[in-house]
Amino acid sequence: MNPSRKRTVRLIVALTAAVLLASALIYTSFSAASPALTPSQLAREAQPGHSYLVTGTVAAGSVHREGPVLNFAVEDRSGEGETKIPLQYTGTVPDPFHEGREVIVTVEKQGGRYIGERNSLITKCPSKYKTAPASENQNS
Amino acid sequence: MSLPIAIVLVLLVALVVWVVSAPLRAAAAGSADVSSEAERAVSVEAEQQRDALRERQDLEAAREAKYREIRDAEMDFRTGKLSAEDYEATDAALRAEALEILNSLQRYGEGGSDGDGEER
Amino acid sequence: MAGLGFACLLLALAVCAYGIGASLYGVRTGRVEFSESGRRSVYALAGLLTVATVVLEIAFLRNNFSFNTVADTSSRTTPANYRAAALWSSQEGSLLLWAWLLSLWSSLALFLTRKRMRDVAAYATAILLGFDGFFVSLMVFYANPFQTTNPAPAEGVGLDPLLRFPTMMIHPPILYSGYTLCTIPLAFGMGALLARRVDADWIKAIRRFAFAAWLFLGMGILLGARWSYSELGWGGYWGWDAVENASLMPWLTGTAFLHSLMIQEKRGMLKVWNVSLVLATGTLAIMGTFLVRSGVLNSIHAFGGQTLGVPFVVLIGTLIGGSIYLVVSRRDMLRSEHRLDSLLSRESIFLANNLVLVALCFVIFWGTYFPLISEALTGQEASVGSVWFDRYTVPLALILVLLSGIGPVIAWRRATLANARRNFLAPLLSALVVLVVLLAAGVTQKPLALVMFCCAGFVLGSVGQEFLRGARARRAMAGEAPPRAVLALVKRNRRRYGGYIVHLGIAVLFVGVAGSSSFQHAAELGLSPGQSTRVGAYTVRYVRPTATITPKYDEAHTGSTLALGAELDVTKGGPKGPHVTTLDPSEGFYASQEASQGSVGSLIGGQAVSHVAIDPGVTRDIWTAIEPNMEAPNLTRIVKAGNEKLPPDIALVGIGYLAREYLKHPPQAQFHFEVSPLVMWIWIGGMIVLGGALIAIWPAPSVVRSRVSARARVARGLSRA
Repeated sequence: MNPSRKRTVRLIVALTAAVLLASALIYTSFSAASPALTPSQLAREAQPGHSYLVTGTVAAGSVHREGPVLNFAVEDRSGEGETKIPLQYTGTVPDPFHEGREVIVTVEKQGGRYIGERNSLITKCPSKYKTAPASENQNS
Repeated sequence: MSLPIAIVLVLLVALVVWVVSAPLRAAAAGSADVSSEAERAVSVEAEQQRDALRERQDLEAAREAKYREIRDAEMDFRTGKLSAEDYEATDAALRAEALEILNSLQRYGEGGSDGDGEER
Repeated sequence: MAGLGFACLLLALAVCAYGIGASLYGVRTGRVEFSESGRRSVYALAGLLTVATVVLEIAFLRNNFSFNTVADTSSRTTPANYRAAALWSSQEGSLLLWAWLLSLWSSLALFLTRKRMRDVAAYATAILLGFDGFFVSLMVFYANPFQTTNPAPAEGVGLDPLLRFPTMMIHPPILYSGYTLCTIPLAFGMGALLARRVDADWIKAIRRFAFAAWLFLGMGILLGARWSYSELGWGGYWGWDAVENASLMPWLTGTAFLHSLMIQEKRGMLKVWNVSLVLATGTLAIMGTFLVRSGVLNSIHAFGGQTLGVPFVVLIGTLIGGSIYLVVSRRDMLRSEHRLDSLLSRESIFLANNLVLVALCFVIFWGTYFPLISEALTGQEASVGSVWFDRYTVPLALILVLLSGIGPVIAWRRATLANARRNFLAPLLSALVVLVVLLAAGVTQKPLALVMFCCAGFVLGSVGQEFLRGARARRAMAGEAPPRAVLALVKRNRRRYGGYIVHLGIAVLFVGVAGSSSFQHAAELGLSPGQSTRVGAYTVRYVRPTATITPKYDEAHTGSTLALGAELDVTKGGPKGPHVTTLDPSEGFYASQEASQGSVGSLIGGQAVSHVAIDPGVTRDIWTAIEPNMEAPNLTRIVKAGNEKLPPDIALVGIGYLAREYLKHPPQAQFHFEVSPLVMWIWIGGMIVLGGALIAIWPAPSVVRSRVSARARVARGLSRA
């Protein structure tokens, strides 16, 4: 086989390998991904045994720790739905975690309850770039 | 805005304009008393000079890179990565390529000087 | 003063516009004075942005709360060094930092190339001014750092306590330097394509900039990982968070570029590949900047509102479209001069390394942007988790480390097969020894980590062999004693041996990653005083509670009102075993601005921040964070009573009672406890990489001018053959 033909063959083999790997990657990403839902969507669509990413705000008054388990409820960010999803979470709790903060947590529906996946809780750093009412405190 | 700040601002603007326009003023001063035809001739010659400089700088960079390759090949040989025959073949090829560059450089008046031999 | 700052921004915008026009006019008409003027515009821009930054920094240091951004992110009680760092903690401040750093680095790059590459540099000037102009316009029209409020509030909100750590002061400037430095090769790459001059001179210049970008970006990423591990309460250093990935992607393509550039330098090949890499690196850097600010992906760093999204998308679209157009329209001049001489050559190993790095970048890109991709394709936004990332990046990383051990052993152009086979013996032996030792030690459960350790052993063997042989060669040539031989070897071959050291550092870093991720023991512990529990090979006992009040006593000087914690004793084996260490984690409670929390409540109702306790060790780190139970009835009772009875100016007394109660009757606290083997080697590996990079980049002293002409020397060499 002359050199240029060898090169073409090499190129085709390499490209085919790349395409195959990329396809494997892309295919598995769709099956391995967890859909991101709001609490109201979760209440409607969640099926037991599947994991979902819930994005919402920590509902006021819902945070309650029982030993290693942290109980809290997540509600819709925009506050339009009235759905509050109570869930039980174990694992690291990020420092910014607080009532009213935006969180993302992976949950799975088991029985009638939502169980948070271990160490999956992410709390967004509180946004400082909305116009913060900085001058509300009184320094008497 | 208070007066001192305004003054600072005006000074800043003046400084910026002065820095940025310096080359323009220098060029204008340079060609102030030359006729337009001579001007054109000068600018064509200047452009040729710049092209030549550009070529020369590029060849110098290529020469440095080629020297480095020659030294790398020697290093490869001394650390046992190349057999003696392979080293000689590679070395000869590299030196021939270097000679080509040096020949081209001569055309731009570099002669046989060593350049400043920066290792980079 | 704010007026001065804003005026500087407006002037900067004008200078950018002028500079772009002048540079382009100068390069198109050949009138050098205009290109010169364009270059000086960059210097002027740097000066103006420096003035603006200084104005803002002074406002922070002097607590000038009429500046909105100072009031939003700083306060009188924020310690001085954090007040200075608060400048870049906000959207508008960080834009200023970006623009300022870009102008400084651009000035340096253009100064260094002022005598060469005239036309390429002129185009590059226009492009860099375009970028800076973009960021300055964002500030002028969307996020103005010099906005003021009159009358000025008396006190500011204070720097987010999560950011009050030493690393916060250096991570953003270094990371932003990395990002902005990535745009310089981009500009010079586009400039070279526009001027139709992709040649040796360009390679020499662009290598420097790409290297600097790679170095700063890499250090920035490492610092971010270190911050995450030692100062955030989750105990990890990498979470495949969108923002982490955004900084890693340009670093990967940058690494690929540094390697494949050498091939172009030697063989005139891969020109299309190289310009594409350079353009991709710059574009990825801009995309990374966009990700952090636009909130378009869910991430911990929710930096900005949606308003900044559209301009960035336009910029990125223009970059991608422009890059593709340039490469396609200039493809004739990008033809390869030679072909690969042999598959058994260092060039082909570099090609393989490039493929692996680009594959890694693709995997990370796909995973990071997957929420957007899946939403576009299926209508449903979905995310992939760390497990998916690990599944694909780990094998690729293994191959990468292995390649970095193979490369040094193979010669350029065409290696001799017999020699190559011989040269592989020592590294293979090294890997085998590692394997045997680990298996004998009982490390059998984690095959991937085992493979990584062996690959690292391979790299160690390969690099060690190179140093040994090189020193031996020097001794043969110059008769130097071994230590001097090694030093002279490195001094005379900085790029090569600096590169070997970098490879070693990366292998060490991955050893740390493999050890700490595969063999980590983590547990959530609930302990009261006197209780102890077993975690892996250790016993942890809660000795006593700790409490400190107000900044003066806060060891970290971060300005927390109250820090509650515990002292933990760690022993090896059972409770009576040898004492390993004493840890003192605490949680700092900061003041909030919410009057509704009450006089005492608002003193501790703000952000809570974990102060992690680490016992670092060469073989393992012991790491713990505490979450004290503030909902305990005896504590909430005191806060409530204080809210009712104490006015704000003596509310601190209530905090005193709270602390006392906590010390007397501490409630059960939650601890996150980790034993992470080998994690220190990540930081050590990073230091080795830094050292190797500095060696590689250090300019050698000029060779003394030889009297013999080079031509004669080269010809003589030829006749010897």
